[in-house]
Amino acid sequence: MAKKIVLPLSEDTIKDLKAGDSVLITGTMLTGRDAAHKRLYELIEKGEELPVDIKGEVIYYVGPAPAKPGHAVGPAGPTSSYRMDKYTPALLDRGLKAMIGKGKRNDEVIASMIKNGCVYFAAIGGAAALISKSIKKIETLAYEDLGTEAIYRFTVEDFPAIVAIDSQGNSVLAQGK
Amino acid sequence: MNVRKIEASVITEKVKKLFMDMNYFIGEDIMNALKNAKESETSAIGKDVLSQLIENNRIAAQEEVPVCQDTGMAVLFVEYGERVVTEGGSFEQAVQEGVRRAYIDGYLRKSVVDDPVFDRVNTKDNTPAVIYTNIVPGDKIKILAGCKGFGSENMSSIKMLTPSAGIEGVKQFILDTVRYAGPNPCPPIVVGVGIGGTFEKAAMLAKKATLRPIDTKNPDSRYAALEDELLCEINKMGFGPAGLGGDNTAIGVNIEYFPTHIAGMPVAVNICCHAARHKETEI
Repeated sequence: MAKKIVLPLSEDTIKDLKAGDSVLITGTMLTGRDAAHKRLYELIEKGEELPVDIKGEVIYYVGPAPAKPGHAVGPAGPTSSYRMDKYTPALLDRGLKAMIGKGKRNDEVIASMIKNGCVYFAAIGGAAALISKSIKKIETLAYEDLGTEAIYRFTVEDFPAIVAIDSQGNSVLAQGK
Repeated sequence: MNVRKIEASVITEKVKKLFMDMNYFIGEDIMNALKNAKESETSAIGKDVLSQLIENNRIAAQEEVPVCQDTGMAVLFVEYGERVVTEGGSFEQAVQEGVRRAYIDGYLRKSVVDDPVFDRVNTKDNTPAVIYTNIVPGDKIKILAGCKGFGSENMSSIKMLTPSAGIEGVKQFILDTVRYAGPNPCPPIVVGVGIGGTFEKAAMLAKKATLRPIDTKNPDSRYAALEDELLCEINKMGFGPAGLGGDNTAIGVNIEYFPTHIAGMPVAVNICCHAARHKETEI
């Protein structure tokens, strides 16, 4: 049975989430992928303000396809998370609480997740049309010039995901034999 | 010599339809493989992931929306009959225009940046497509097309093996590439392998191999047996659907080969996600 969780994530909720738990997420989340992460990271390095407040937020690594007329959003499945690894610890130190993506994370990210009490969810790669059913609204927050890579705010209801790495650093991702 | 005239606009329309269709309607080969994988999968989470992928593909076809948000970079292998003359524009322009219209009119994601290193500005119409053209006898144009997502493209690799590496060396390189990719390229994957030729020929063969239906075999029985063996070995790795553990890490291994140099044995491995979109047309 999937656990229903509501955003923003409380510290108690994060502590209760264990690697392998199926969850249905309701609330609002940020989106961002390669190009937006690069820009956020460069601002942090320069000590400048970010265009969005990431404190307490969840970020979904996604570049949605355009919405057809009559659809709230186009297909929007997760992209590979490891490409964000370089930028992630800096965002977690700034208060980001959770990430949604697919695939592996490196040791620096996992160490930073444990230090900052954060969680990494996996959504199912390639289930974009199905996942988009749980996305009810999309607003552009920053970097509109990046097109699909802009930072959006998604309003979601029962967004399906799995706790891939929990706040203690336990992982459900298969290591391979 | 009789020439056959084909209007550029006809080519554009055909190419547009190819890319829209392949993004909305996953091939029967893939759908059947996902259903079979679901039957055989022993991991509960793996079974659940496969159910969701099947449902996803059903929704996409019904609503005519892309199966995956990464609608890829367009790749076309063209066999251009030498008696064909394109009228009202060049062949190259006609194809690029077809891709542009598919991605704009078909609500597909624009994922191409103009300069790979310095500017990285989105071209906003998913062009240019990557086009490989062979001139062949005849008066037809055959197009084999795919849209390649980069979650799996990034997990691909090429190695210039030398003859002494033998078949064991070939197997090891392919398996190492898949193992390194692990959960990243959206398993269950399709593995396209190109062996022989030159450096770039091997890579092109590997790409072409990903576009061959996975319910077909290499016509050479030795390569067909290698495809089966590799599929079996990959599925022992345990990455499973979505990399969350299970028996189905791959749903197909396709190998293409070509003559090569006495000193060489290039091997290219092009990994493709389960949304292995490919389609053919003839004009």
